[in-house]
Amino acid sequence: MKKILLATVAILATASFANAGDTLNLYNWGNYTNPDLLAKFAAETGITVTVTDYDSNSSALAKVEAGGSGFDLVVPSANYVPVFVAKGLLQPLDHARLANIGNIAPEWVDVPWDNGRAHTVPWQWGTTGVAVNTSVYSGDPNTSDIFLNPPAELVGKVNVVPEMADVMAMAIMHEGGVPCTEDLTVLKRVRDLLVAAKPKWRSMDYGMTEKMSNNDVPASVNWNGSTMRIRANNPAVVYGYPREGYPVWMDSIGILSDAKNVDEAYKFLDFIMVPENAAMISSFARYANGISGSDAFMPEAMKTAPEIVVPAEFLSAGQFLPTCSASAAALQTAIWTELMK
Amino acid sequence: MGIGTEEGRKKHQARSGWLLSLPALVLLLVGASGPLVIVAVYSFLKPGEYSGVQWIFSLEAWFKVLLEKDIFDGTISLADAHLAIFWRSAKLSLLTTAVTLVLGLPTAWFIATRPARSRALWLFLITIPFWTNLLIRTFAIMEVIRNEGILNTALLALGLIETPIQILYSGTAVLIGMTYVYLPLMVLPLFAAIDRFDFRLIEAGYDLYASRWQVLRRVILPIIRPGIVAGSILVFVPSLGAYVTPRVLGGGKNMMIGNFIELQFGQGRNWPLGASLSMVLLLIVVVALLIYVRTAPQEDRHD
Repeated sequence: MKKILLATVAILATASFANAGDTLNLYNWGNYTNPDLLAKFAAETGITVTVTDYDSNSSALAKVEAGGSGFDLVVPSANYVPVFVAKGLLQPLDHARLANIGNIAPEWVDVPWDNGRAHTVPWQWGTTGVAVNTSVYSGDPNTSDIFLNPPAELVGKVNVVPEMADVMAMAIMHEGGVPCTEDLTVLKRVRDLLVAAKPKWRSMDYGMTEKMSNNDVPASVNWNGSTMRIRANNPAVVYGYPREGYPVWMDSIGILSDAKNVDEAYKFLDFIMVPENAAMISSFARYANGISGSDAFMPEAMKTAPEIVVPAEFLSAGQFLPTCSASAAALQTAIWTELMK
Repeated sequence: MGIGTEEGRKKHQARSGWLLSLPALVLLLVGASGPLVIVAVYSFLKPGEYSGVQWIFSLEAWFKVLLEKDIFDGTISLADAHLAIFWRSAKLSLLTTAVTLVLGLPTAWFIATRPARSRALWLFLITIPFWTNLLIRTFAIMEVIRNEGILNTALLALGLIETPIQILYSGTAVLIGMTYVYLPLMVLPLFAAIDRFDFRLIEAGYDLYASRWQVLRRVILPIIRPGIVAGSILVFVPSLGAYVTPRVLGGGKNMMIGNFIELQFGQGRNWPLGASLSMVLLLIVVVALLIYVRTAPQEDRHD
């Protein structure tokens, strides 16, 4: 409480002394930005950051594309960064203005969606897997059969998050295909698999952090950071990495082409690539961040958490979701509609 | 000039009448018709690669509303997925209207027959749910019916059940939620109709040897019918496009029209299809309103 008060006072103080230019508008996923991080940034630079929430890549894209949003920074997922770039919505980064750009962990520099980090720097990354309450089902959780072919204990009880891209990718990989495939024989098996599995699901809903914590739902497709938060409340819950294949994702932050506070935006990007500050991002939302050396500043619980540190045997099963072509997306929507009818 | 004459005064009145209604007309044109035109235009375009539209004329979206091309064998058939979703929404809306009517009529009757002073209090109580946001009310219902919620905990404690009843994420949960949310919209017009009802007519009915059932069916119901129709429309129309309640309480396994339209604008990346589906929804509402307009003149006769 005291900390929050201090942070508020700090923000108010810097706000009143700062001149009109010292503001920054961050457009980010909801419940994703550590307020302490912003307070620290304000204390160091005198720049006040205003955060606006969004809940999906598509709504963020629609709002930014409409123009005049007034936002300076946005945090799209890997499969949406190329869309933002192709539409000219993100400006190329001048690496000379980012002293800490070298802090990005080597494996996160030449990424397929933003080679050489020309437009974005890492915010957080994680995986989509399954969360299982072991008091209901004690078998092996490391399979997408948890929801695609539920064991008897979970029939009629499992939840699937209504995130089309993730669920379709998991079902496609379960059938031996690659995400965004247009191979109709694979997709036909995927459709049959999903249509047969759906009567065994209880719901298709978000908000598993609460619902699995209080035992409303015993198993669900879920994200790793959320599952770690669940385990803190409900120790019986474990995170499974489907060995048939699971999506890996990263949200990256970039500067919008129509940003008004470009200097401040560069300062912010440089600020979050300081390992200590990157660790603050992670300690809030419980996902890893992709900045070398941030581990030293991470909360102790996260350094060894099985949800965050991918076990070696499951590393190769993780796949980045590419941006699907319009025709692949149309195929997925058709299957999804049939599933949800 | 000419204002003194009868004709001139009429003309002047007509002109100032137009001028006075200009703000309302502009508001209607810009605020209501404008967005509608955009939706209509978008429904005749091609979808963009990632979102939005390409400015190329196409009837594809309208074709897709009713017909679908099988993605596997290319055969064209009736889009049963879309029809199933529309039918589910219509069924739920009709059911909600029926349940709110059955619950709302006795409630409105009860309020209308109270003494004037306590009547205001009862009406005030009916409006209390409106003080809270719809989303919060929906989550409150969820708290009541979930497995470890108030209802199940109470039933378990009383020993009436041994395992929690799964209400959440079922059709029943959605119906409970919708009924709760839309009940006031049914009660208020019914109250207005019953309030104007001349209770001496009931006595007259009994004097003419009508049974209680006959009085209800032949005297009360026909007279308060405009209220019944108004309430039904007020409940039916928003139920049709309901989005939050089915999504939160229904568990999202079965789509309603509202959720289906949202899919097209979001992950589905097909704005023209979303636009044409919205137009279809609008057409259904227009039909419902036309039914209302055709029934409305009855009200004048009884005034």
